[in-house]
Amino acid sequence: MSGRRSAWILATAAFGLVAWAVLSLPTPAPGLTDRAFAALDDSGVTNPVTAVLLNYRSTDTLLELGVLLLAVVSVWGLRPSTGASFGRPPGPLLEGLLRILVPLLVLFGGYLLWIGAFAPGGAFQGGALVGGAIVLAVLGGLSPSRFGDRPALLRAGLAAGLAVFSCIGLSVMIAGGWFLDYPGRSAKVLILIIEAAATVSIGLTLGCLFIGGRPTTDGGPEPES
Amino acid sequence: MNPAPATLFLLVGAAIFAIGLAGVFRDAGALRRIIAVNVMGSGVFLFLVAVADRSGGRPDPVPHAMVLTGIVVAVCATAVALTLADAVRGRGDQDPDGGGR
Repeated sequence: MSGRRSAWILATAAFGLVAWAVLSLPTPAPGLTDRAFAALDDSGVTNPVTAVLLNYRSTDTLLELGVLLLAVVSVWGLRPSTGASFGRPPGPLLEGLLRILVPLLVLFGGYLLWIGAFAPGGAFQGGALVGGAIVLAVLGGLSPSRFGDRPALLRAGLAAGLAVFSCIGLSVMIAGGWFLDYPGRSAKVLILIIEAAATVSIGLTLGCLFIGGRPTTDGGPEPES
Repeated sequence: MNPAPATLFLLVGAAIFAIGLAGVFRDAGALRRIIAVNVMGSGVFLFLVAVADRSGGRPDPVPHAMVLTGIVVAVCATAVALTLADAVRGRGDQDPDGGGR
């Protein structure tokens, strides 16, 4: 009981500290808004959030894609997938709906990826939609063991974001710039290529994490030592 | 002086964070703690988005970008935590498939 009380005391203290900090924040808030918008013309995109993600702070995003890959590797290392379906779909209506909805979700993910250059959207939003499409398909009766059918392709897709991002970063170094310092007018094309690969990787990562285990390669459950 | 409209959201974000913090230390059981950490994360995201609005006029894109990637990373961290919790619970279990999902 005292543990519970001390937890609430700790939480109240934390809230009090943060609230005090919030109320004593300087009123003309300092920020990076002006600098972010000033450099927008050189960034290759007109959406400031995408510019931050893929240009100003691109090393950050590169490492975050590494974190996603690491998460899949960790989950796959912990256990194989049972390969069992999540149960039969409750009726033919859901199955019919998913046949329309899943391609639409993937298509809309691609649209979000494209529009991210000049409006809210981008690789993470598109990838989330692709991941949602995979989750829906699995819930609708797609067997998780199907993800083990083409293991090399699946692994390539999972690693594509990090691989393409690093390759482009290193290529611009060979061309004479800094790491991930896109030269001149090529920024838009390079950002789009990176985002396309990242969308595939993010979507597959979220889907694989939902399945929650290394897909078995030969249909049946893997023999465990 | 009138407080900035973002202040309310900052305080609500701090409150959500504190509720999650209490949950982490109060509740036994891995699943409850993982959910509590996610509640804390939601508070942080709300806080960061509110911070972006403090500059007045155009919102600051840098916190927005951090939240955007943070959400996806939080989902992945949650998945790893859930798998770890499941693996810990299943230790010593004679039937590896019996644990369910």
